[in-house]
Amino acid sequence: MELDLPLIFTALMGLAILAYVILDGFDLGVGILLPLATRAEQDMMVASIGPFWDANETWLVLGVGILLVAFPHAHGVILSSLYLEVALMLIALILRGVSFEFRVKASGWHQSMWNDLFFVGSLGTAVAQGAMLAGVITGFRGGPLFIAFEFLVGIGLAGGYALLGATWLAIKTEGDLHRRALTWSKAAALLAAAGVAAISVATPFASAGIMEKWFAWPRLLWLSPLPLLTAVAFAGILLSVTRLQRGASKREWLPFVLSVWIFVFAFAGLAYSMFPYLVVDQLTIWQAAAARESLMFVFVGTCVVLPMIIGYTVFSYRVFWGKARSLTYGE
Amino acid sequence: MSADPLLLARAQFGLNIGFHILFPSITIALAWILAYLRVRIEFADDAWCKAAYRLWVKVFALSFALGVVSGITMSFQFGTNWPGFMNKAGNIAGPLLGYEVLTAFFLEATFLGVMLFGRDRVPAWMHTLSAFLVAIGTSASAFWILALNSWMQTPQGFEMIDGQLHATSWMAVIFNPSFPYRFAHVMIASGLTAAFLVAGISAFQLLRHPDFEPAQRMLRLGVFVAAVLAPLQILVGDLHGLNTLEHQPAKIAAIEAIWETERGAPLLLFAMPNKQTRDNDYAISLPQVASLILTHKFDGELKGLSEFGDKHPPVAQVFWTFRVMVGVGLLMLAASWLGAVLLIRRRKVPRKLLWVYSGMTFSGWIAVLAGWLTTEIGRQPYIVYGVIMTADTASTVPARYIATTLIGYALAYALLLISYMVVLTQIARKEADGKGREVAAPGALRAQVP
Repeated sequence: MELDLPLIFTALMGLAILAYVILDGFDLGVGILLPLATRAEQDMMVASIGPFWDANETWLVLGVGILLVAFPHAHGVILSSLYLEVALMLIALILRGVSFEFRVKASGWHQSMWNDLFFVGSLGTAVAQGAMLAGVITGFRGGPLFIAFEFLVGIGLAGGYALLGATWLAIKTEGDLHRRALTWSKAAALLAAAGVAAISVATPFASAGIMEKWFAWPRLLWLSPLPLLTAVAFAGILLSVTRLQRGASKREWLPFVLSVWIFVFAFAGLAYSMFPYLVVDQLTIWQAAAARESLMFVFVGTCVVLPMIIGYTVFSYRVFWGKARSLTYGE
Repeated sequence: MSADPLLLARAQFGLNIGFHILFPSITIALAWILAYLRVRIEFADDAWCKAAYRLWVKVFALSFALGVVSGITMSFQFGTNWPGFMNKAGNIAGPLLGYEVLTAFFLEATFLGVMLFGRDRVPAWMHTLSAFLVAIGTSASAFWILALNSWMQTPQGFEMIDGQLHATSWMAVIFNPSFPYRFAHVMIASGLTAAFLVAGISAFQLLRHPDFEPAQRMLRLGVFVAAVLAPLQILVGDLHGLNTLEHQPAKIAAIEAIWETERGAPLLLFAMPNKQTRDNDYAISLPQVASLILTHKFDGELKGLSEFGDKHPPVAQVFWTFRVMVGVGLLMLAASWLGAVLLIRRRKVPRKLLWVYSGMTFSGWIAVLAGWLTTEIGRQPYIVYGVIMTADTASTVPARYIATTLIGYALAYALLLISYMVVLTQIARKEADGKGREVAAPGALRAQVP
């Protein structure tokens, strides 16, 4: 039997993007929440993501890398259509990434400048990625309405990242900061819910094909658990956070896990909408795929290396398990 | 302003990759220096070694972060600026970049977290192993990206089907003719860059505190490593040049500004290559030396630029960038040998030489950038030498988009570069002044200042 390599690489790319959105999502979210905290709390917040952010961002490189490796034709089309959004995201990512280092190593007023840039970079990255998502699902339209939609999705995604960040902090911190993280979780959950709802409503109108995929009977019936479970997860977050606030529960990890669920469901919905297109109604995964010998060459390596990557990623999260401590370089 | 999208796209890509290369050229070698210090700490437990590690791991973390974020930019720039390249050569470029992500990026990023922050969370052997895995990751990354870059210079192992390249042999693609030379040349360049950074920062510390032991030790390390690598680099550079003469004679003709084919070609020490007259103005030359260096014969024949029609790179740029690279290299040789001799004979270097090393802290960057410009501009007008023209792969994005984002990148990079250099000197000064522990990492600030 011939392996359907474009399909396999689509699945891998989906996995990489989902891993990226969840993993970098929580650390970007922590950055978005930064201005809400005191300086001492900010240091603890950054300490909770310090050992992870770098590897988290590598999933973005892997996602784009697979797009480049497996679908070189789509890589060019998508990235040149999203030229400005990509540039905005990159500059924001650069500023945020270096702020991890500069905000503690610089002195005087530079320090607070890098602290501010940490927030600006995190928020800018989230908004730019939302705009990119908006571009991809609408097939790269133009016009003022589209730009408004880009912003809407951008803010929704920033809300989603803030939700992941706040619920992450609820696990990793204690005391005052922990209590505030719970408050932030609720506000972010409402913002994220509005974002998810807006995208779900707007997407079918962007493409007749997507409309057909969702609303044709009896498909609607099979698909209905997806939005319903998402709504249940949102309600679950509000409920579990309230119980934590009242001290009625000790399950600090529950809001974060439910937030991850929401991202998984939203991602599944988007993937269903797009499949099998990489550029909506224009370019399918099979049309955009690289030559078979190239895919095979990378596929073999991926089978060997990806389990190792997952293995040592899990190892790293276990090493830094439990409540965050202030970070010091060991001697 | 007449905006040529191709030139803008090249300028932007050049700016991004030029900024990016600065940091890997430090971290590739610095990772191995840190791994060495780590092992020394485990076995010898020297106080100076711990202090040195504390400073250099901070420098490493900072440089690495800058390398990571500018590297993420690179993975997007292929598609945003050269969609035609991905379209035509994606079958070959893609897998090589893919392997870089899979085998290098995750490894170095994950274990860097353990290396930086995991000292009291993992056993000592695991912590030391993490330092080695980071070093292996940075070197593996260089391996793959140089395999791709070398393949673009000396392509082989492919066939053209319907305007797209298909690999016929991956071994031939990866181990293409210029790869071994370029890989060695770049790895040694990283060693020299890191060695002069270490020597320069240590000298800076010693100028303030002449008896600061960690800086004395690290200065020795930097100077000796440079003294070994500088002559090795000249040897490898010569072999690399001979390889280029064989596979890319137009590049050599441009580097030496040889317009017409000649026997016994002179080595130009100074000249203003003039593309209008296709000759060199104000030339100062050593007769027959270019032929001697490149063919190892006094009357060896070197091909002139006129043999290549208009398919040759711009002459003045590569002529000068090459001379800057060689000039800095010779300066490094002189400075490191002088220091090595003084350190062996008198175990100390005079203050004047400390000033020289301080001034040469970032000399590796100049040589790396000049060398990289030489080889990449020297490949023009091709993006894949002899196979795909650069002009055929450029993006159709409007010039004003490219110009706007170019300015955005340039501003961000200027801010980062200045901040990087300022912070580097600040942490070196604090460490030498005995205040190093205060700025260890996020959170540490509040915990450790009384």
